Amino acid sequence: MPLANTSTAVPVVVDEGKCIADKGCTVCVDVCPLDVLRISELTGKAYMKFDECWYCMPCEADCPTGAVTVNIPYLLK
Amino acid sequence: MDEIKAGLSEIDCDVLVIGGGTAGPMAAYKAKMKNPDAKVVLLEKANVKRSGAISMGMDGLNNAVIPGHSTPEQYTKEITIANDGIVDQAAVLKYAQNCFEIIQELDKFGIRFQKDENGDYDVKKVHHMGTYVLPMPNGETVKKALYRQLRRARILISNRFMATRLITGKSGRIAGAVAVNTRSGEFLVVRAKTVIMSMGAAGRLGLPTSGYLFGTYENPANSGEGYAMAYHAGAKLANLECFQINPLIKDYNGPACAYVAGPFGGYTANAKGERFIECDYWSGQMMQEFYKELQSGNGPVFLRLNHLHKETAEHIEQILHTVERPSRGRFHEARGTHYAETMIEMHISEIGFCSGHSASGVFVDEFARTTVPGLYAAGDMASVPHNYMLGAFTNGAIAGEHAIDFAAEVDFEEFDRTDVAREQERVLAPTRREDGIPPNQIEYKVRRLVNDYLQPPKVTRKYELAQARFAEVREDLENAMVVRDSHELMRAMEVASILDCADMAACASLYRTESRWGLYHWRTDFPERNDADWKCHVLLSKQADGSMGCEKRAVQPYIVPISDDEKDAYYKQRITAEA
Ligand SMILES: Cc1cc2nc3c(=O)[nH]c(=O)nc-3n(C[C@H](O)[C@H](O)[C@H](O)COP(=O)(O)OP(=O)(O)OC[C@H]3O[C@@H](n4cnc5c(N)ncnc54)[C@H](O)[C@@H]3O)c2cc1C
Ligand code: SF4
Ligand code: SF4
Repeated sequence: MPLANTSTAVPVVVDEGKCIADKGCTVCVDVCPLDVLRISELTGKAYMKFDECWYCMPCEADCPTGAVTVNIPYLLK
Repeated sequence: MDEIKAGLSEIDCDVLVIGGGTAGPMAAYKAKMKNPDAKVVLLEKANVKRSGAISMGMDGLNNAVIPGHSTPEQYTKEITIANDGIVDQAAVLKYAQNCFEIIQELDKFGIRFQKDENGDYDVKKVHHMGTYVLPMPNGETVKKALYRQLRRARILISNRFMATRLITGKSGRIAGAVAVNTRSGEFLVVRAKTVIMSMGAAGRLGLPTSGYLFGTYENPANSGEGYAMAYHAGAKLANLECFQINPLIKDYNGPACAYVAGPFGGYTANAKGERFIECDYWSGQMMQEFYKELQSGNGPVFLRLNHLHKETAEHIEQILHTVERPSRGRFHEARGTHYAETMIEMHISEIGFCSGHSASGVFVDEFARTTVPGLYAAGDMASVPHNYMLGAFTNGAIAGEHAIDFAAEVDFEEFDRTDVAREQERVLAPTRREDGIPPNQIEYKVRRLVNDYLQPPKVTRKYELAQARFAEVREDLENAMVVRDSHELMRAMEVASILDCADMAACASLYRTESRWGLYHWRTDFPERNDADWKCHVLLSKQADGSMGCEKRAVQPYIVPISDDEKDAYYKQRITAEA
C-alpha cells in the first residue's frame, strides 16, 4: 500500500529565540525517553519530529535556557 | 540522524543488564560493587539519565517495610491476600526483609524519605491491613542520584540501544543478546555470561481511551520487549492473565493518586460524592468495585478532595503536580479544574502486564532467576507481585549480586552464529520493502483489537475472535510492514513485541477457566473463583513445536500462614451500610 503524509499537531514547542542548539546543545534530544526530538537541519534549532510524546517533561526540565514547553497532546487535553 | 546504516559490532561482558530504568541501574551497581573487576554493561533503549517509570521522579515508596511500622511477615501476608493467594512467598518475604537496607542505601545516595518530628519514618496506611507508604520529599531527584552512582562505579552504559532478542546457547544457558541502535539501525551483539532483564512493564498493550498511542499509564518506552524476549528465549512467564488495570485521571491517564491523597483524607467517590470502596490500595478486587460503579447509574467515579480544608487540597495538588507526572497541573489548568473546588473525573486504564502493580511477569524465584540458566529478571517485568519502585530496586540488587557470582563460575556459552544472522534479517525485513503498512498503523490496530476483545470482562468467544484477528495482523507485520528510517525501525520492533504480548494475554486468559483477582481476570463464562482446580500459577511458554502453551504450577507451601477468615479480606471492598 502506498504511504501518505497526514499532518498532526505536536505537543512540544521550542522557542527558537532561546534555543542554543546552533551552539552545540542537544540536551532535550538526548534525554527524551521516546526519542522524538531532533535538531532541524534547516533552522539549527530543536523541534519535535515525531508525535509520540508521554508529556513527561525531561526535555523542558533539563533545557539550559528554558526554551522548551510541553503541552498536553491534543487528543487527551 | 535516523538513516539506516549497515553495521555489526560485538562486545563481551560478565553481566549484561538490559533496561536502565529503576531495577536495571541498581542491578548493575550492585553487581559492580560486589566484583569491581567484572565487566558490567547497562543497555538502555532511551537514556539512563531520564528513562523508565521514574524518569521525572516518584512521590513515595508504596511498599516500604520499616521496622517498628510493619514486619516482613505482615507484608508477605498482605501481598498474599491482595494477590488472591497466588504467591510464592519466598520471593515476597525476601524482598520484605531486604528492602529496608535498600532504603538506607538510597538515603545515602541523597534521596530523602519523610520523617516525623521525632525523626521516625513517617509511614502512612493505604493498604487494607498494614502501613507501608512512605513519602519522598525530594522524589524528583531519584534518577539523578542513581545516575551519579552509576558513573562513580564506572558502569559501562550504552544508551539508545534497543535489545530485540536474547541469545541462548546449545545447552539452553544464556549467551547474550542482540540489540539495535535506535538512531542508526546498526547492530550490537553482546556476549554475556549472565543477563539481567529489567525492561519494565508491557505498557503499550491496550489503547488508552483517548486514542493517543503514547498516552499510556506506563512509560511507553516499555512496550513489552522484556516479555517477548523472555518468551522467545524459552523462559516461562507467570500469571499473565492477571492484567494490570489501574484507576486513573480520565484522559490524562496518570495516577489519581490515592496513595498521596488518601493519608490526607482524599478518597475515591461516585458521582454523588460518596465513598464506595473501603480501601484505595490498587488491587483487582478494588478495580472490580470501581468498574461496577462506573457501569452503574452512580458513575462516573471521581477523586474527591473538595471536602478537605482548602490548604490541604492545595498541598496535595502541589505534590501531585510537581513530581511524578508534572504535566498534570497543565492538564487541569487547561480545563479549569482545582482540587479544592471540584472532584476530578477518573477512569480505568488500558490493560497491560506489570507485576509492579499486579502479578503478571516473567517467572522468577527469590534470587530473581528465571527458568533459563544465567537469565535473571527484576522490576515490573518479573513475577514478584505488587512490587512497585522499591521492589524494582531491591530485586534488582538481589539479581545483580546473584548474577555476578554466577558469572564468576562460568565461561561464555557457545551459540550458533546463524541465530544472530536470522535476527538481523527479522529486524531489517521491513526496511527492504518499498511500500506497505507503517508500524504506527499496525500498532493502532493491534491495540484497538486488544481493547475490543481482551479488556475484562473476559468472554471466551471474544478471546477466540481476538486470536483470529491477531493472526491476520501478524501476517501483515511479517510480510507487509514497511519502515523508512531507524526511528520507525524501533517502533516496528516494538509493535512486534506488543503483538506477542497480545497473543500471550489471550492464551493465558483462556487457559485459566475460573475468575480471580477481581477485574484483572473476570471471566463471564467462569464467574466463580475455583480454588480446588486453580489455586496455582499459570506458566506460559514457547512449546517444543514453536506454539504457545500453558501449564499449571503449584504455589509453593506458604511460609507465613494465612487463616481462612483472613484470606478474603481484599474482597470486602464495597462499603455497604452507612457508618
Ligand atoms: C506514573 C507512575 C507512577 C508511579 N508511582 C509510584 C510511586 O509513587 N511509588 C512507587 O513505589 N511506585 C510507583 N510506580 C511504579 C514504579 O515506578 C515501577 O514499579 C518501577 O519504577 C519499575 O521499575 P523497572 O525497572 O521495572 O521499569 P522502568 O523503570 O520503567 O525501566 C524499564 C527500562 O527499560 C527500558 N527498555 C524497555 N525496553 C527496552 C529494550 N528493548 N531495550 C533496552 N531497554 C529497554 C526502558 O526505556 C526503561 O528505561 C509508578 C509507576 C508509574 C508508571
Ligand atoms: S535543550 Fe533547549 S537549548 Fe538545548 S537544544 Fe533543546 S531546546 Fe535547544
Ligand atoms: S515530554 Fe517527554 S516524551 Fe515528550 S518530548 Fe519531552 S521528554 Fe520527550
